[in-house]
Amino acid sequence: MAIFARVSPGRLVGQLSNPLVTDALVLSLKTSAIAQAIVLLVGTPAAYVLATRRFAGRSLAIVLVELPLALPPAVAGIGLIAAFGRLGLLGGTLSSLGVQLGLTQTAVILAVAFVAGPFYLRGAIAAFEAVDQDLVAASRTLGAGRGRTFFRVVLPLARSGLAAGEALAFARGLGEFGATIMFAGSLQGVTQTLPLAIYAEFDLNFTAALAMSALLVVVSAALLVTLRLTLQWQPSRPTSRFRFALSR
Amino acid sequence: MALVGPSGAGKTSVLRVVAGLTRPPRGRVALGDEVWLDTARGVELPPERRRAGLVFQEYALFPHLSVHANVAYGAARRPVGALLERFRISHLADAHPRDLSGGERQRVALARALARRPEVLLLDEPLSALDAHTKAEVRGELAELLRELELPALLVTHDYEDAAALAGEVGVLVEGRLRQLAPPAELVARPRDGFVASFTGANLLRGRAQRGDGELTAIRLESGERLWSADEAEGEVGVVVYPWEVSVARTHAGQADSALNVLRGEIASVVELANRVRVRVGPVTAEVTASSAQRLELARGGVAYATFKATGTRLVPLS
Repeated sequence: MAIFARVSPGRLVGQLSNPLVTDALVLSLKTSAIAQAIVLLVGTPAAYVLATRRFAGRSLAIVLVELPLALPPAVAGIGLIAAFGRLGLLGGTLSSLGVQLGLTQTAVILAVAFVAGPFYLRGAIAAFEAVDQDLVAASRTLGAGRGRTFFRVVLPLARSGLAAGEALAFARGLGEFGATIMFAGSLQGVTQTLPLAIYAEFDLNFTAALAMSALLVVVSAALLVTLRLTLQWQPSRPTSRFRFALSR
Repeated sequence: MALVGPSGAGKTSVLRVVAGLTRPPRGRVALGDEVWLDTARGVELPPERRRAGLVFQEYALFPHLSVHANVAYGAARRPVGALLERFRISHLADAHPRDLSGGERQRVALARALARRPEVLLLDEPLSALDAHTKAEVRGELAELLRELELPALLVTHDYEDAAALAGEVGVLVEGRLRQLAPPAELVARPRDGFVASFTGANLLRGRAQRGDGELTAIRLESGERLWSADEAEGEVGVVVYPWEVSVARTHAGQADSALNVLRGEIASVVELANRVRVRVGPVTAEVTASSAQRLELARGGVAYATFKATGTRLVPLS
């Protein structure tokens, strides 16, 4: 609220034409969208396996998945550099393939996914564990294979838990700072997301920093609300009646 | 066919193995010529390929789907209107499971299992999730349905009376082993052991049998009384007598009575069941008509004689 008190709406809107601000906004939205898509696509099946299968090393896997939650972002940044950096563990392999990760958008996406992913995974594992296994069994005996059972029974029942987890992950990812600045740097238009731009402008143009902070608040709130509404949306009674009326 | 047994006997496991939800270390499941599971030959069909209609104990209806969508789930796009009609749930088509009563949920679960056109119907404790009032009604409906279906059905229950009412053959399962498999009348007439007898509702008394002179066996009970049976046995035995074979009197008729066995005892309980009364006299339970209970003024605390014939007394191994 203090942010909105410091800057008038006119100046806030005025800053939207500042290329530094628009670059950062576009980059933040783009990298967040891609990073969250990766988190959902990789995290959902991984969480389902961790929630439903009992195998050796499962507890260890869960600890590893949750570890980034406890790590300071700076450590995550160092870790990413040590793994994917030019001189890192996989750096040699990557550069021989002609891939250079440091200081690129891919690096931003990787950092966001790495830091935000565990928030989604945690929520998703809990959501999948809460699905009654008798319902899964019932679906199978009714002729549905594993895949169909997952999409028609497990996913709809876990949906609100998944939405809550993804909302947290999204919020964490959008505000990502430490790991990104260390691993991807802060190049305007390439790796400078909103939080990085705020930090960069803090000394130079405090008004711009304020405007971007306000923008981040608005964007986060809007996206969180949209996400929750989209993922938690369930067919209402009148809608389902309509559907059955068609099928009769 | 029904499997009965105490909890933990492995009844539900049998259903899960047949449906393909649990893999046993060893075993074979086949429907006619179709082998569903044969651990020796490495055959194991997944549940979705087994055509077994399983009705879960708590019904396991999909909470996010309407009644119509639940029933249609396994129907492979075939219309399910006739099934809804048959189970009197058409008016509930748009309702969700949380809005249904126990009896309605069971009808939806049955309709859903049958919509798949299974080749065998599996019922896990089909009556245990219902309250006593609904249960009697649903039991009648279920018995009728199972007769009409012309579909092999395997149901498990811990209640022998439910099993006898619903199944042509009843297997008694204890600790994973089948003790006896027979029509209900046969189980009652010739229980294989003391457990089967007491599970089917008989009185079971422990004693020591000795071949007497003549055609009867004498049994000395642990409590000291002597009973007679027409069965032959020696050593430790269980004396089995069903409540409806036991008469109750306030005085002992002595030699004038054809029933040889007399046990004197205090009346521990008098429980009315519809038009009959169950009276606990000393170690045995007798079943008498409500009118004779009234005539005899049977009440708790009084002394009575329980009498039964030697021919109505079975001798069985204890376990």
